[in-house]
Amino acid sequence: MAQAAIELIGINKSFGAVRANRDINLEIVRGTIHGIVGENGAGKSTLMSILYGFYQADSGEIRVGGQPASIKSPNDAIALGIGMVHQHFMLVDNFTVLENVILGAESDALLKKSIAKARSELERLEREYGLEVDPDAIIEELPVGLQQRVEILKALYRGAEILILDEPTGVLTPAEADHLFRILKQLKEQGKTILLITHKLREIMAITDTVSVMRQGTMVATRETKKTTVEELAELMVGRRVLLRVEKGEAEAGGVKLAVKNLTVKDSRGVTMVDDISFDVRAGEIVGIAGVAGNGQSEMLEAISGIRRAVSGSVMLDGKPIDLTGAADPGELRDRGLAHVPEDRHHVGLVLAFEENENSILGYHDDPRYLKGPFLNIDAIRDDAKDRIAKYDIRPADCRLKTANFSGGNQQKIVLAREMEQDPGVLIVGQPTRGVDVGAIEFIHKRLIAMRDQGKAVLVVSVELDEIRSLSDRILVMFAGRIVGERGPEATEGELGLLMAGVERQEAAE
Amino acid sequence: MDLFNAIVQVLDSTIRLSVPLLLACLAGLYSERAGIFDIGLEGKMLVGAFAGAAAASVFHSAYLGLGMAILISVAFAMIHGFASITHRGNQIVSGVAINFIAAGSTIMLGQAWFQQGGRTPALAPGERFGAIIWPGADALRGVPILGPIYSELISGHSVLVYIAFLAVPFTWWVLFRTRFGLRMRAVGENPAAVDTAGISVAWLRYRALICTGVLTGIAGAYLSMVQNGGFVKDMTAGKGYIALAALIFAKWKPVNAMFACLLFGFLDALSIRLQGTPLPVIGKVPVQLMQALPYILTVILLAGFIGKAIPPRAGGVPYVKER
Repeated sequence: MAQAAIELIGINKSFGAVRANRDINLEIVRGTIHGIVGENGAGKSTLMSILYGFYQADSGEIRVGGQPASIKSPNDAIALGIGMVHQHFMLVDNFTVLENVILGAESDALLKKSIAKARSELERLEREYGLEVDPDAIIEELPVGLQQRVEILKALYRGAEILILDEPTGVLTPAEADHLFRILKQLKEQGKTILLITHKLREIMAITDTVSVMRQGTMVATRETKKTTVEELAELMVGRRVLLRVEKGEAEAGGVKLAVKNLTVKDSRGVTMVDDISFDVRAGEIVGIAGVAGNGQSEMLEAISGIRRAVSGSVMLDGKPIDLTGAADPGELRDRGLAHVPEDRHHVGLVLAFEENENSILGYHDDPRYLKGPFLNIDAIRDDAKDRIAKYDIRPADCRLKTANFSGGNQQKIVLAREMEQDPGVLIVGQPTRGVDVGAIEFIHKRLIAMRDQGKAVLVVSVELDEIRSLSDRILVMFAGRIVGERGPEATEGELGLLMAGVERQEAAE
Repeated sequence: MDLFNAIVQVLDSTIRLSVPLLLACLAGLYSERAGIFDIGLEGKMLVGAFAGAAAASVFHSAYLGLGMAILISVAFAMIHGFASITHRGNQIVSGVAINFIAAGSTIMLGQAWFQQGGRTPALAPGERFGAIIWPGADALRGVPILGPIYSELISGHSVLVYIAFLAVPFTWWVLFRTRFGLRMRAVGENPAAVDTAGISVAWLRYRALICTGVLTGIAGAYLSMVQNGGFVKDMTAGKGYIALAALIFAKWKPVNAMFACLLFGFLDALSIRLQGTPLPVIGKVPVQLMQALPYILTVILLAGFIGKAIPPRAGGVPYVKER
């Protein structure tokens, strides 16, 4: 009989009026990979924080290895052999790998002995699990994949038998994610228990033995991975049937709306981020730009939308050039029918401290519709905001609520509603569904396709390959600032993945 | 030889003038490295100076004075900690408040206790820290070059001066060679990493602030019990702020901090020395301009002559556990 590594019995946790966890029961079998899926805000992270001693449950019992355990702080969790790899790495960026590994687990008041001990221990872990990393490297100089490895090493160094990984692949390239999965499988073979928190169903299917689904603070189902399907899990997560791949007709591409020629953009350090790229977006089509984050997509979006200066090249909107050298005025571009949904809604798209209705006119506040003489026409603004809340199903339906109090998906809908409702000829969208729930993703995708069907030119940049493949009529892949390939929507994931990793280019160069 | 003697004299007063800056700068280093901005260095020095002089004159003991200076200064550091760590208040506001309380309370208590217009009674020699004469200092005074350097620059300072300069390597050692230092640096960069490692962020930051309080206490005692023979109102005269500037200039590193403070001390010494002395080419320079020199330099240095100074990344931000 397989033994339970962890049992959670009747866990409840509330934050004020919000019941984040309701009567959760969960049993995790030793030596397995157990996945927990659920939408943002379903209570996964809260549950894991309780297990790791970050929060105390209001009621309920935790058993570790069959023994009732009281976990009041991460220290207790560590002592019980529970380690956690956080979504946002808990690393000190300007420390070395060794310093990060020993932090909090120093054997001595002086560092010398602790560091020597950690060095030999890291060598052992490297041998046993293939977790290679230079112990003297500075964290901020390592790629994210290796930073994550340091997090895993931290947990193992503390003797973790049970490893919790919170959304571990969000920042990884497909190749890095595969490598991570190989490591996790190896850890499992060595008898470790792994808890994988994710909202990516494909990962669950690929690697877990068992999967539990959370929805609105409750544990709605636990399934053996082999005996379930992606469709079933998605339905369990959202509580209704979800279209994972939006249905859409053939694109009827018209004339060129947006023409980018030989665009080159440098970042603030003077590094060339976009290197001589050219492409067109036609009316009535969605062009998707795939690529691992940091390959110039952000800079390209910023240049086209007038936020960042370009070094050279031209961008034509409806056949007329956009002034790229003098940092085009985004307001002017908006007037010319180019709407932009920025990648980073928190810093660029919204003022989080504003009310919803104020954000819903941001950038369009000069429109005579919203003005009464020199003053804002508050009634007109709120009426418009209410219409959009209804049309885009923004929840809660309160246009006076502070924007920070909306969930990520609803914030994204606020930005999308604002830009789409201006009826632009060209819509540029960066990361349309970053941090957005499955249900809202479906809605956003449908909206984007509706825009296309109305004959708008839509440019989508996303690091989610599934999203690009599902939405796009044409897919461009960016790598190291260049467009390294164009494919149709039928391109396979593997094919695109290779392009994203720059494999074809390197081979061509050899 | 006159020029040489003049240089030795200027350097000697450089050391004397840079000591309170150095102590305050190192004090700020502990708290800022732990992620707590401390604009209240000035106030803590001031209460230290007052408590030191007051206790020394009442109990007739320099060491009791020093102890009291440290105690009161640490108490003020704990107020800062209570506001900014426990209650996650704005660290700048809390620091400014401490400066105001210090400026007001020292004068008020001074007047109430000693009735000398906010001053403490002039300290007798036994109530101050006297100069320590190193062996052979007097005998070697006559030796050219090395003699004056040994007897003037190295020998003949009070114990607090030596403490200040020994605090530099000690602080370096604490920061980079001890567990406490590693954790303190970590908490100033990423407190969440410290918290998830099972270490208390609050307790760590409080301990860093205790170090800050001890050092500002010594700095205050130096002002009122070494440099001066008693407490005078507002005697810190902005040294806490200059120390903060030196800290940024030093990029939060102890050895750099020493050189930064020596530079500020040197300018101060130079401005005193050159008052009323006509300079070649320029001629006679107004006293006010010379006095303003260290401050002008501060502005110039901070305006970008020091390259990119990256402060501890979590500095100024109260730590709140994220959901």
